[in-house]
Amino acid sequence: MRRWLAPAALLALLFALWQLAAETEAIADLLDLEPFLVPSPTEIATALWENRDLLADNAWVTLREIVLGILFAFLVGVGSAVLMHRWQVLRDAAYPLVVASQTIPIVVIAPILVVWFGYGIVPKVVIVALVCFFPITVNALDGLRSVDPAAIKLMRSLDASRRQRFWRVEAPTALPHLFTGLKIAVVIAPIGAVFAEWAGADAGLGRLIQSDLAYFEVARQFASVAILSAIALILIGLTVLVERRVVRWR
Amino acid sequence: MKAESPGSQVVAASPGRGGTPAEEIALREVRHAFGDLQTIDRIDLAVEAHQVIGLVGPSGCGKSTLLELICGLRDPGAGSIEVGCQAAAEGRLARCAFMPQRDLLLPWYPAIDNAALALRNQGLRRKPARAAAGALFERFGLTGFEQARPAELSGGMRQRVAFLRTLIAGKPVLALDEPFASLDAITRAEMQEWLAAALRTDPRTVVLVTHDVEEALYLCDRVAVLSARPARIVAELSAPAPRAEDRDAAVTDPAFVAAREEALRALREGSR
Repeated sequence: MRRWLAPAALLALLFALWQLAAETEAIADLLDLEPFLVPSPTEIATALWENRDLLADNAWVTLREIVLGILFAFLVGVGSAVLMHRWQVLRDAAYPLVVASQTIPIVVIAPILVVWFGYGIVPKVVIVALVCFFPITVNALDGLRSVDPAAIKLMRSLDASRRQRFWRVEAPTALPHLFTGLKIAVVIAPIGAVFAEWAGADAGLGRLIQSDLAYFEVARQFASVAILSAIALILIGLTVLVERRVVRWR
Repeated sequence: MKAESPGSQVVAASPGRGGTPAEEIALREVRHAFGDLQTIDRIDLAVEAHQVIGLVGPSGCGKSTLLELICGLRDPGAGSIEVGCQAAAEGRLARCAFMPQRDLLLPWYPAIDNAALALRNQGLRRKPARAAAGALFERFGLTGFEQARPAELSGGMRQRVAFLRTLIAGKPVLALDEPFASLDAITRAEMQEWLAAALRTDPRTVVLVTHDVEEALYLCDRVAVLSARPARIVAELSAPAPRAEDRDAAVTDPAFVAAREEALRALREGSR
């Protein structure tokens, strides 16, 4: 309980300041803007409530892109980490490519993927998977490589097959590292989804934020951002929950 | 547990081979190097079945490497190593149970599953493996700690679980790499007494690597003193009263003290 108290208090304070600044039109005056362009937290909350159906529909689209993308990245990432750990040649060959995959500018690749795969969910899942792949793969591989060589010697002496060595020593050693990668992945996944939607989409929170820009629906934009943050928070919360259940020895 | 009788098996398996019939471990002109670094220089050693041999040497002299070579975790650069007439690394690996320097209990398993690790690896299901390991917990002074995680155990208990894990593998040869080095002096003395008792009731061929001369002379039948790197055997002593029931009396006995002085002298001379 106490752990939540401090961040909640800080958040409340920031919201209060924001509310005050927006209501007195201090920010709008400072930036020389129309007041409706600087919505207060209560106006955002109102927008959130009044547009709940629209926001929910679009949030559902984006959530699906995020979850599928993470899932895809998880499967491919863990799979390639295991393969790269198993075969040194493969690691030497593929590791630079994994790093290079992270340098691909999403903003540039997203429109190309839209051209290739259309306006549907596929390019979004690919983009989300692309941004999540790197932290998952690198952390899983680091975890597998952090295995104590003496533990492997011990297992060999105790008649363990390669498969038994993997499941009884290497995989559990790598698990905490894998969760570190996952936590990074679930936080950046919503950002990837928004970028992907900006490149071309007919639905989703990113798409809504973009179209709201044209109509100066600033309060609703903030509402969309709040939902995106909530999705990231819930995903990381779930990840931590699963981690605590699985990695019990820490 | 596998009920093997290592001694008789060796006799049966090795008619007419070199050395005495009951020879369990035989090293002939073993040399080893890591790159250009010569770590082991021509070691000849023979250990009979159910004999406990101590390898004592200065830190970093290559005694742990020697142990790994015997266990089949490595192959020597030159020379031959036979364990129970098995010369190939795989054959040696099958006959030796290695206990590494740190206890290396797996933190994700409770004590009982750590102890039963070898049985599980050998294909036994969890339930019978736990039953077999659990049956030995009382003898190892671990009753009630079956479900405890390694982090919840004391240093001495962890070492006993590690030793139980080694013993339960059912191998004729136990290879112990400084098993008590991480323990405080009192616990170490207790564990030595405890290991002596365990070996009195359940004799095994043991290769014990240690830098503690007293520990080696108390626990072993024979002690080989190794020189600084590259390791070779500079002296071989037989212990006056191996694994005596009264440790305190044994280690203060004049014969023991004399043997200890001799070993220490050899160690000093070999370190130069």
